[in-house]
Amino acid sequence: MIVSSKIYLRTLGVLLTWVFTVVQPLGAQAKNPYTGDAKTAKLGEYEFRANCAFCHGLGARGGGRGPDLTRTPKKHGDSDQEIFTTISNGVPGTAMPPNGATQQGVGMTEEEIWQVITYIRSVEHKPVEMTGDSLRGRQLFFGSAACSTCHMFKGQGGRLGPDLTTAGTARSLDYLTDSIRNPSRRLAQGLGEAMKEFTEEYETVNVVTADGTKLQGTLLNEDSFTIQFLDTREQLHSLDKASLKSWEKSRVSLMPAYDEKTLPEKDLQDILTFLVNRLRAEGGAR
Amino acid sequence: MRSVQFITLLFLACATVASAQVTPDRLLNSSKEPQNWLTYNGDYTGRRFSSLDQLNTNNAAQLSPKWAYQTMAGGKFETTPLVVEGILYGTGPDDRAFALDARTGRPVWQYQRNLPDDIRPCCGRVNRGLAILGDRLFMGTLDAHVLALDAKTANVLWDVPAVDYRKGYSFTLAPLVIKNLVLVGVSGGEYGIRGFIDAYDSTTGERKWRFYTIPAPGEPGSSSWEGDSWKIGGSPAWITGTYDPETNTTFWTTGNPSPSNRGIGREGDNLYSNSLLALDPDTGKLKWHFQFTRHDEHDYDATQVPVMVNQGDRRLILQANRNGFFYVIDRTNGKLLRADSYAKVSWSKEKDADGLPIPSKDASPTPEGNRVCPGAAGATNWMSPTYDPQTKLFYVTAREQCDVFSTAPQPYDAGHAYYGSAYFPNEDAEPFYGALRAIDPDTGKTKWEWKHPSPTWSGILSTAGGLVFTGDAEGNFIALDAATGKALWHFQCGASVYSAPMTYSVKGKQYVAVAAGSTLFAFGLP
Repeated sequence: MIVSSKIYLRTLGVLLTWVFTVVQPLGAQAKNPYTGDAKTAKLGEYEFRANCAFCHGLGARGGGRGPDLTRTPKKHGDSDQEIFTTISNGVPGTAMPPNGATQQGVGMTEEEIWQVITYIRSVEHKPVEMTGDSLRGRQLFFGSAACSTCHMFKGQGGRLGPDLTTAGTARSLDYLTDSIRNPSRRLAQGLGEAMKEFTEEYETVNVVTADGTKLQGTLLNEDSFTIQFLDTREQLHSLDKASLKSWEKSRVSLMPAYDEKTLPEKDLQDILTFLVNRLRAEGGAR
Repeated sequence: MRSVQFITLLFLACATVASAQVTPDRLLNSSKEPQNWLTYNGDYTGRRFSSLDQLNTNNAAQLSPKWAYQTMAGGKFETTPLVVEGILYGTGPDDRAFALDARTGRPVWQYQRNLPDDIRPCCGRVNRGLAILGDRLFMGTLDAHVLALDAKTANVLWDVPAVDYRKGYSFTLAPLVIKNLVLVGVSGGEYGIRGFIDAYDSTTGERKWRFYTIPAPGEPGSSSWEGDSWKIGGSPAWITGTYDPETNTTFWTTGNPSPSNRGIGREGDNLYSNSLLALDPDTGKLKWHFQFTRHDEHDYDATQVPVMVNQGDRRLILQANRNGFFYVIDRTNGKLLRADSYAKVSWSKEKDADGLPIPSKDASPTPEGNRVCPGAAGATNWMSPTYDPQTKLFYVTAREQCDVFSTAPQPYDAGHAYYGSAYFPNEDAEPFYGALRAIDPDTGKTKWEWKHPSPTWSGILSTAGGLVFTGDAEGNFIALDAATGKALWHFQCGASVYSAPMTYSVKGKQYVAVAAGSTLFAFGLP
């Protein structure tokens, strides 16, 4: 079907090509023609490694940059067709590029995209059954656990740390747990990506200005001559390095490590349940 | 009297026209006309050094933008333009070409090739530049054609298909003109091609020779491939070579064997992948070869400009290789003189009797991934280095990064990506960075470095004004003191630099030009 439509396209004239493209965009069929085929899934794994794993990790379990794709439902749509669109067109405003536009891979044919989808389906697991108390988790998030001092959820909360609205479906529970218990072990990807080859991370910056003022905050961006950061009072700064008395950046996160004393296991489970279930109850983050 | 004047004028006019012709002799002696930039690297040595010194350590801080030319193209802008008698000739993404007034940036003409929609560039729809001879410009295209364009009008004078692009072949490099021949090397190491270097007659476009960078069965070196793996063994040659007229030898470097991350199925050294080739430019015959990385499994292309340097009687090639070693080679015979690491290296733990770093078995990619340094982008890549004869230092764009290399069997399918798997940032999300390193070729040691917050893909230019120019991933174009590495000036271009700077002079005024984003910038003194 896909192959023949391709040949069809090539043999028709410009006008027909246009009509055909407009009426039935390539790859717009709603269903994966290879659903459940183990051999196709294996081919899809090769494609995944060459084109997707750089950000989404081996086994699709998520990397530093890309979400865990073994989770369901997917943030940008969970039907075969929606995933096909996500891979083909990318997700504007995120690091997910359109197929063929990355510097790492060489782009996939429609058939190869279906192979990748078949592979992703083969490693997906059912939505995790969360056992905690979602409402209590929300109270902790915005209350005594003080997560919202630095993290936003649906537009409420602080700015120093990553927005956690979609973290519950984008990241594995292991990753989320580790990020709470050992926040410095793996810093989250940062806010600013201005022209950098790779994203900034939530590094801590300590600055002493020429007049002796001490500032601490989260690094937003940096080049050889300047730094941009948000201080702990959420004030933006863009300063010339040469004008400072001193400055240093550190990979020790500003976030305190929430050990079991600070955040008992029950509280942790409630917060995780809140992060995962709030979304599902409200039908995704879109 | 009048007729004498007229004849004199006519003669002068002819002389002017004649001087606009770039002859083979002018290419040989390009260092005598530093106001022009006649080849990709500025001259045949590949040193990317200019004897212009109007811009220097005393006045670099006063540099300011003179003009900007926008291609309006997306994608990486990798060109090094040529300048001949005040006209600048460059290329852009999607096989654009343009001629500008080098003083004002005003376009004289603009050209764009009508590319088929199923071309197979691996790493961007890029082009690195043109070559010139007479009043013709030469260009390799993403659909694997070689073109001659009229330098005055961009009219296509000849257009020759070199090979079927649908099998993964393309041209991205700037051609190299030697005598009456146009030399090009092919890209496609990601597709299981069989690499080659071609020479075309500049007048007719007729192909004069082809050197396959992988020997066929029965030819010397063919036993370095397992079974039929030579047919799809990669070994592209996608960076412009250099030329030594003293011995009539052209030096070309080659890229990875295919598939890049899987050695199983292509046992052997895989000649002439990741090698330096000494070719006779008249015939394409191989004089000798030197292989930097044998049986490569980490995509360590040797496609870095082989820079020719003379030290007294010694005739050398210097190369800071993607595999993390800086090599000094006798260019009369291909003998290795020294190899020293200039960045973090874990793929090689020992050297053979000749001093050649050899791969460690335990560095091979594995199904679950194996952390190796340098990472997949290499300790450097294609970005042009420079050698400054005044400081006697070799400057290279370096990257300190390790990656996790994994491998899996992959069936070959003509025209499809053929990596034998992939690589990832290493699991600990360890920070990585870039640096411009000034290497002393006598010791292999780094004398100073300029650290970049993140790795850059910019090349480097050195000038007799004591300056080294480079760009960074954060968009800065920077002038450094060549002796100390101190930053003297910088300008924020607004986009990452993926090109190498060059310099020229018009009406006695020196300019330095660099491409960033979709824009070519020229800078000069107020």
